[in-house]
Amino acid sequence: MRTIQTTDITENIKQMCIEANHYLSDDMKQVFNKAVDNEESPLGRQVLEQLKENLEIASSDMIPICQDTGMAVIFMNVGQEVHFEGGSITDAVNEGVRQGYTEGYLRKSVVKDPIIRENTKDNTPAVIHYDIVPGDKVEITVAPKGFGSENMSRIFMLKPADGIEGVKEAILTAVKDAGPNACPPMVVGVGIGGTFEKCAQLAKKALTRDLNCKSDIPYVNDLEEEMLDKINRLGIGPGGLGGTQTALAVNIETYPTHIAGLPVAVNICCHVNRHAHRVI
Amino acid sequence: MDRYINAPLSDEDAAGLRAGDYVYITGTIYTARDAAHKRMAEALEKGTTLPIDMNHNIIYYMGPSPAREGRPIGSAGPTTASRMDKYAPDLLDLGLKGMIGKGKRSQAVKDAIVRNKAVYFAAVGGAGALLSKRITSSRVIAYDDLGTEAIRELTVENFPVIVVIDSEGNNLYELAAKQYCKM
Repeated sequence: MRTIQTTDITENIKQMCIEANHYLSDDMKQVFNKAVDNEESPLGRQVLEQLKENLEIASSDMIPICQDTGMAVIFMNVGQEVHFEGGSITDAVNEGVRQGYTEGYLRKSVVKDPIIRENTKDNTPAVIHYDIVPGDKVEITVAPKGFGSENMSRIFMLKPADGIEGVKEAILTAVKDAGPNACPPMVVGVGIGGTFEKCAQLAKKALTRDLNCKSDIPYVNDLEEEMLDKINRLGIGPGGLGGTQTALAVNIETYPTHIAGLPVAVNICCHVNRHAHRVI
Repeated sequence: MDRYINAPLSDEDAAGLRAGDYVYITGTIYTARDAAHKRMAEALEKGTTLPIDMNHNIIYYMGPSPAREGRPIGSAGPTTASRMDKYAPDLLDLGLKGMIGKGKRSQAVKDAIVRNKAVYFAAVGGAGALLSKRITSSRVIAYDDLGTEAIRELTVENFPVIVVIDSEGNNLYELAAKQYCKM
């Protein structure tokens, strides 16, 4: 058994909220540079150059990459040999978000009730996904999610007979409908299988996967490459202003499902696919 | 084509812009997004005056992140315009000449743009740090209680935008995507 103070969790979450909103991870920078090289549209290249400059200004001047600093989505993989000391772990996570968004000059974009819509003024609560895993570590991923692209995400409850062709059509439909609204070039996270809610969570998790890590299931890996190519033939382009770089990557995660179903979730993220990762 | 224009936007400048033009705006513009639009619609329903005069002005659909000390504003990129589609036609009919946002507009908004010889511009979504550098001052002028969604008067210098829908109804999103579509 290893004891971890909840104050340590708070401090880490705070730092990770600030970090994720000012610096993109290296894998994102790599695909971004590739997109600049490959874009055929002059206006598209101009947009991508502007976005590259934006990333430089964000980190050097500590101005958030995007004003929509997101709702904080946090994946907590907690080792089953960990004992938390110092109060509720969920309170500790939310305290980290509160401190990060307040001290880091990040926008507070969360409303307390979806209908009454009163701003909570500290960007809490976060959306927290806990998983119990073997070991004595806590693995934390902080992925602030903006809603320009979140609003364009979709879930499709396909029939088994729709098969892989149905999955491809669902992904293309979601991307086409999103178009310029989702701030392309986008990263497309796809979940296939599970139940309604498991599928949506897979799609979200797919967005946090390192873009250099390929799926170890051969057909999934092929599907990721095929869909990236197909999406980039749509012509939507950077900023939706036309071009060949509509998506930077397609990440797909799968899970066993029911004999009667084929759920597909498409979680779209803009080019500001933020995620900070730490193991404590 | 690169164009340099002033805000408020004159009838001549608005009429001369074409979908696809890269435009640098200098002058005064106003921010308003979801909650401010809802309040303005309620004010119009009640017959009370709006906090800003729409005539020849430009509204920027934007809610900034907080400014650090010594800076006029935080990150300041565009938000999705379609959420304001419900409200935009009435404001255009009151003289609003330009809107800056990102993403598609409804047919009702496109019709109102043509009817009033107005312009819909896109700023590059997700370039909030860079765009903040083109804003030299910011002042809340209404609905302060809405926080980031308050109405702000901004002074901008060479603020970069692209004409998406021009006063004749040409739509860059449709034209440009067709050009590069290889399906």
